[in-house]
Amino acid sequence: MKQDDLITMSHGSGGSQSHELVEKLFLRYLGQPSAVLEDATELSLARGKVVFTTDAFVVKPLCFPGGDIGRLAVCGTVNDLAMRGAQPAALSAAFILEEGLPLDLLERVVISMAAAAREAGVRIVTGDTKVVEHGSGDGVFITTSGVGVVAEGISISAANARAGDAILLSGTIGDHGLTIMTQREGLQFESPLQSDCAPLNSLVADLLSAAPGTRVLRDPTRGGLATALNEIAQSSKLGIEIDEILVPVTPAVKATSEILGLDPCYVANEGKLIAFVPPHQAEAALAALRVHPLGTLAAQIGYATQEHPGRVALRTVLGTRRVLGMLVGEHLPRIC
Amino acid sequence: MSDSSPYRDPAAAQYLIGEINAMASRPVRIIEFCGGHTHAIMRYGLRRALAPAVKLLSGPGCPVCVTADHDIDAAIWLSQQPGVILATFGDMLHVPGMHSSLQRERARGARVEVVYSALDALALARKTPDQHVVMLGIGFETTAPTIAAAIKQAAREALDNFSVYSVHKLTPPAMRAILSGELLIDAVLAPGHLSAIIGADAWQFIPDEYGIPCATAGFEPLDILLALHSLVRAVIEGRPQVLNTYRRGVAQHGNQMAQELLSQVLLPADADWRGLEMMPSSGLELAPEYAHYNTRCRFELPELASTDASKRGCRCGEVLAAIIEPTECPLFGCACTPAHPVGPCMISAEGTCSAFFRYGREEI
Amino acid sequence: MCLAVPLQIIAIDQDLATVTMSGVQRQISLALTPEAQVGDYVLVHTGYAISLISPEEAQETLQLFADIDAAVEQADADKEAS
Repeated sequence: MKQDDLITMSHGSGGSQSHELVEKLFLRYLGQPSAVLEDATELSLARGKVVFTTDAFVVKPLCFPGGDIGRLAVCGTVNDLAMRGAQPAALSAAFILEEGLPLDLLERVVISMAAAAREAGVRIVTGDTKVVEHGSGDGVFITTSGVGVVAEGISISAANARAGDAILLSGTIGDHGLTIMTQREGLQFESPLQSDCAPLNSLVADLLSAAPGTRVLRDPTRGGLATALNEIAQSSKLGIEIDEILVPVTPAVKATSEILGLDPCYVANEGKLIAFVPPHQAEAALAALRVHPLGTLAAQIGYATQEHPGRVALRTVLGTRRVLGMLVGEHLPRIC
Repeated sequence: MSDSSPYRDPAAAQYLIGEINAMASRPVRIIEFCGGHTHAIMRYGLRRALAPAVKLLSGPGCPVCVTADHDIDAAIWLSQQPGVILATFGDMLHVPGMHSSLQRERARGARVEVVYSALDALALARKTPDQHVVMLGIGFETTAPTIAAAIKQAAREALDNFSVYSVHKLTPPAMRAILSGELLIDAVLAPGHLSAIIGADAWQFIPDEYGIPCATAGFEPLDILLALHSLVRAVIEGRPQVLNTYRRGVAQHGNQMAQELLSQVLLPADADWRGLEMMPSSGLELAPEYAHYNTRCRFELPELASTDASKRGCRCGEVLAAIIEPTECPLFGCACTPAHPVGPCMISAEGTCSAFFRYGREEI
Repeated sequence: MCLAVPLQIIAIDQDLATVTMSGVQRQISLALTPEAQVGDYVLVHTGYAISLISPEEAQETLQLFADIDAAVEQADADKEAS
C-alpha cells in the first residue's frame, strides 16, 4: 500500500494519508472505491419498524480462533438488531487506532469485517477513523452502529415473556468467552476451543417463520446465559425454570471450565440466542433452528413460570434445586 | 450439560440424600473449612436438599476471604511501584483493601496480571527481565507447596526478578480456634485437596482433642454426600474418628514431597486473619535461606494499618466461626453485597455470605 | 484453596508433564509428584500435580456408586411390581 507499514498520527489527521487509508483499505474492502465521499449516507429502508443499536468492541487479543475484533464488531451489532427481530439494513464502523498498529493487522481486521457483513447480507455504509497516541489504546477499538427493520406483526421484547413459554437455546454455551480467556497470557492451554462469533439474522428469520409468536430473543453475551435469563425474568416479571442437564456444552468447554473453576453459564457467547416461544410453537421453532447451520444443537432448556417472579431456578444435574443468579463482578479463574 | 460423570450420578445422589435425611433424628451440625466445599455444596443444591437433617456450617476456609486488608494494601502498593508486575490468582482481584482493590489499581494503570499458576509467574519473570514479578502467595497448605516449588525453581535458575509476598495460612490453627469456641459442632468435613497434601492422619487431633468425627471429602457432589453420610452415621453411633472417604486422592500420610518442600521453603509464622484474631504460627513465611525471593526482604514496604471492620457493624468473625448465619448480620444484602463487600465473607465467591447471597437468600 | 481436577498424563519432559481432558491440553509441573508416570491420573491444582489418583481406590468408590445404583433400581422395580 505504501512504504510505511504502521499506523501513525498522520493517518488520523484528515489529510492525504487519512484519505489514502480510507480509499485503499476501508473503501477497498467495505465499499465502492469510486463512490463520492460524503459526510453522511442516505438510506432507503423497507417498510416496518426501524430499530437502531450501537456497540463498542474492545477485545484482547485482537485475533483469536474463530474470529477477530472485526468479525466481532459486525456480528455483535447485527445480532443486537436480530434480537429485536430485525434484519440489518446498514451498519457504520468507527475505528480508534493506536499509533504503531501494523497495517497488515488492520487490513486483516477489515477483510474480516467485509466477510462477516457479506454473511449477514448487510453493508457498512459509513465510518470514521481516529488515531491515538501509542499507549492509549489496545491497538484497535471499533464502534459499530446498526439500523434494522422489523417486519410488521413482529414484536420482540425482553418484557414480552409469558408464563408457560418454552425457553430455547440455539447451541452450546461458553465457547467465545473461554476461547478469549485461554488465549490470554498466563492461561496457556492447547485446546480445540473456538469462538462461536457469527451473525444470527438468518437464523432468526428462519425461527420467526416457523414460530411467528416468538416473544423474546436475547443473545447471551457478557455475563453469559445466567445473566441474560435473569434480565429477562426481571423485565418480564416472571420466574424461569432451567434444567441444567439440557444445556448444551462442548466437552472442551466443560474440561477448560472445570480446570479454571469457571461456570459456562456466566461465560460470553457471540453466536447463540435464547428464544421464548409460546409452548405450542416450540416444536416447530426447534425444528427450524436445528436445520440451520448455526442451530444444529438447539434445545429447549426450560420454561417461564408465574412462580418466583424475577428469579431463575436451576434443576441441577443431581436433580436438586438452586438459584441461578446474575453475574456479580468479573468471572475469573479461581483457585478456591 | 448432560453429565455422564459417575461422581454426579443423580440416582446415587438422591439415594444418599434420602439415607442422610432418614438417619438423622435431630439436626446434625457439620462444619466445612473449604471454599471449594462451600461452592460445591451451593452449586449442587445440597444445603437445601439435606436440611433440616444436616445443618451445614461454613468455617474460615476461604484463604481469599481471610487475607487481612493491610496485606491487600501491601499488594496494591507493590503493584504501583515502577518496574513491578504483581502476579495474582484471579480470586484476589476484587478483594478490598482499605480504599481500593487490585482491580481498581489495574484500571488506574498498575501492572497486575492474573495467573493460573506460579509457573506462569515464573514464565512472566523470564519473559520480562527488566520487570520485577511479585507473586502474591495466597492459599492454604494445598497451594503453599506449589509456591514453595516455584521459589526453589527461581533459586535454581537464579531468577533475580522474582519474589513472593506470602500471605499463606495454615488450616489446623483456624480449625482449633473455631472448635475451641462456644459453638456446638458435631462433625468436621475436611478439605480433600488439602488432605492430599497433609494426609488423612493430620486430622487425628480433631477426634483426639474435640471428641468428634472428621471426614476427608472430595469435591464432586457424590464425594461430598458420601463423606456427609459417613459423618452422620459416625455421629449417631458415637464414633469420634478420622474417616478417609477420599482415598483415591488422599493417602494416610499425604504427599511427603510436598510436606518436605514446605518445611524447607515456607515456615510457620504469626499471621493476621481478617475477621479473626491474630493466631500465632498460623501463617507461612519464606525461610531465611530464601530471603532473596521474599518480597518483604526485597522491598521496603510502608507501615500499613488494618481496618477493624467490626466497627462498621461487620459480623464476619461470627459468621466465619459459624456462630451466626449471614442473614443474621444486619449489613447482609444491604450495606454489604458482593458488589460492595464490607467483610471477608462477602468478598470471594466462596465466602459464606457471598454464597448465601447468590444462591440461597430466599426459598425458590 | 481446593480447586483441583483429575487429569491424565500423556507425556513427561523432566519435571513437566502434558496432561489432557477432553482434547484440552496443558503443561503442568510434577515438582510435587516426581513419581508420576505417563498414563497416571493426577490431581492438578494451579498447574501442579498435588497427588496421584489411586486407580484401585477410584475403582472401589465407583463400585460403591454402582452398587447404590443397582440397589435403587431394584427398589424401584420392587415398588412397581407391588
